[in-house]
Amino acid sequence: MSYLKVDIKQKSYSNVGNKTNLISIKDLQFTQSNNEFICIIGPSGCGKTTLLNIIAGLDSQYDGSIEIQGQADTLPTSYVFQQPRLLPWRTVFENIELSLPDNADHSQHIYSLLETLGLGDFAHTYPNHLSLGMARRAALARAFANNSSVLLMDEPFVSLDQTTAKTARKLLLDIWNAQPRNILFVTHDLLEAIELADRVLFLSAAPCQIIADIAVNLPRDERSMEKILEFKASLASNKLLTGFI
Amino acid sequence: MPLTSFKYSLLSISFLLLCWYALAELINNPLLPAPTIVFTTLIDSIKSGELPYHLSITFYRLCISFFLAMLIGSSIGIYLGRHSKANAIFDSWLIILLNIPALVTIVLCYVWFGLIEAAAILAVVLNKVPNVVVTLREGTRNMDKQLMEMAQAYQFGRLKTLQHVILPQLYPYFMASARTGLALIWKIILVVELLGCSSGMGFQIHLFFQLFDITSILAYTISFIIIIQIIESFILKPLDRHAQRWK
Repeated sequence: MSYLKVDIKQKSYSNVGNKTNLISIKDLQFTQSNNEFICIIGPSGCGKTTLLNIIAGLDSQYDGSIEIQGQADTLPTSYVFQQPRLLPWRTVFENIELSLPDNADHSQHIYSLLETLGLGDFAHTYPNHLSLGMARRAALARAFANNSSVLLMDEPFVSLDQTTAKTARKLLLDIWNAQPRNILFVTHDLLEAIELADRVLFLSAAPCQIIADIAVNLPRDERSMEKILEFKASLASNKLLTGFI
Repeated sequence: MPLTSFKYSLLSISFLLLCWYALAELINNPLLPAPTIVFTTLIDSIKSGELPYHLSITFYRLCISFFLAMLIGSSIGIYLGRHSKANAIFDSWLIILLNIPALVTIVLCYVWFGLIEAAAILAVVLNKVPNVVVTLREGTRNMDKQLMEMAQAYQFGRLKTLQHVILPQLYPYFMASARTGLALIWKIILVVELLGCSSGMGFQIHLFFQLFDITSILAYTISFIIIIQIIESFILKPLDRHAQRWK
């Protein structure tokens, strides 16, 4: 059973702008397990990306601890960045293959994953020839191709048009149902969060902390736009969340 | 497309030869021999084996010093690009090395190590390394940090990161320093040979200078223009095409 425990006492940046010491995150704790889908919502610049980078192990300059438990032979985290971050000089297939361990042949696995994400015909295309939506899906394929305890997603569907984003969200849920795992999904769109999440964490402006931790108790097959809007309206009574609704 | 560009370069070279021919006819002086005479001399010296011998010796020195300079220069360049502290310390060394005249390095190498092959090659390498360092350092600094993070997030490891993330980004910088390097090394190697070798193109040209044999000087020059063209079209251009296929 995979499990994530975040306990960040403080994360600060020195010399940002004219402030000598900017505290980005302070006393932020939460845990995640049972293949839970958590969305994180917060004002821009509050340190959401910083939080994901810390969990991914890309940033080790902080006080606190990150504990990730999972099966053997799996990555602790896989990461879908805000930009697809595919290597432009490698094909979609090669990009995914490179992210996987070298010890086995993964072709079958990669092809079926690309098929699921509607990229079956683009396996040997270079990323420059893909649309942004397709590149995003390729990045998603890379993240799911890897067995990881926690999947981190940093606004992965931002700057896609409504229809494409909607399709991408549906694909994400489909593939998550097929390969369940913990997902930590950063977004600035509350409707998107309600549509996707089991739990939504609301973060404050910097220094960022968790203001509210709300379970989305709508059954997944009943999350129509109406129900989502209804749920959003029901949050309005919560005084802590005035800035978000 | 390649055919038209080939046609254009053929046309422009013919035009150049024509100008040369007309000028030589006009001046009518042994100091500017006509292209026909130069080509006859070129073929004669190829037949006698003299030109192939000296050209191959120079070419051999060129290859060794080119690969050494690229290897040493790019290793140092990548290292300095990634470690700003080391760069702060060695930056001034680099500027000094960049600005020492080639002739000084050559003379010092000969004086300190004697008129030997290794000294000749060392002199060429020392002249080229700083250029490679500067170009590759710039390339390393311009590397995409986001892709490096991606490689780290997916645990690429050192070798995979180098092969698939770092080197492809540095490729244009390698090609730039290879091209300028080749040109620079040709120029320096001839001076090195002129000053302290008893073989090679530089040595021969020095000899022709003393004999005032302009025709042979031009014939030798043409022979290595041809070599450079061959390197460009059969090695560098195909490499470029291969590396740019994703664009």
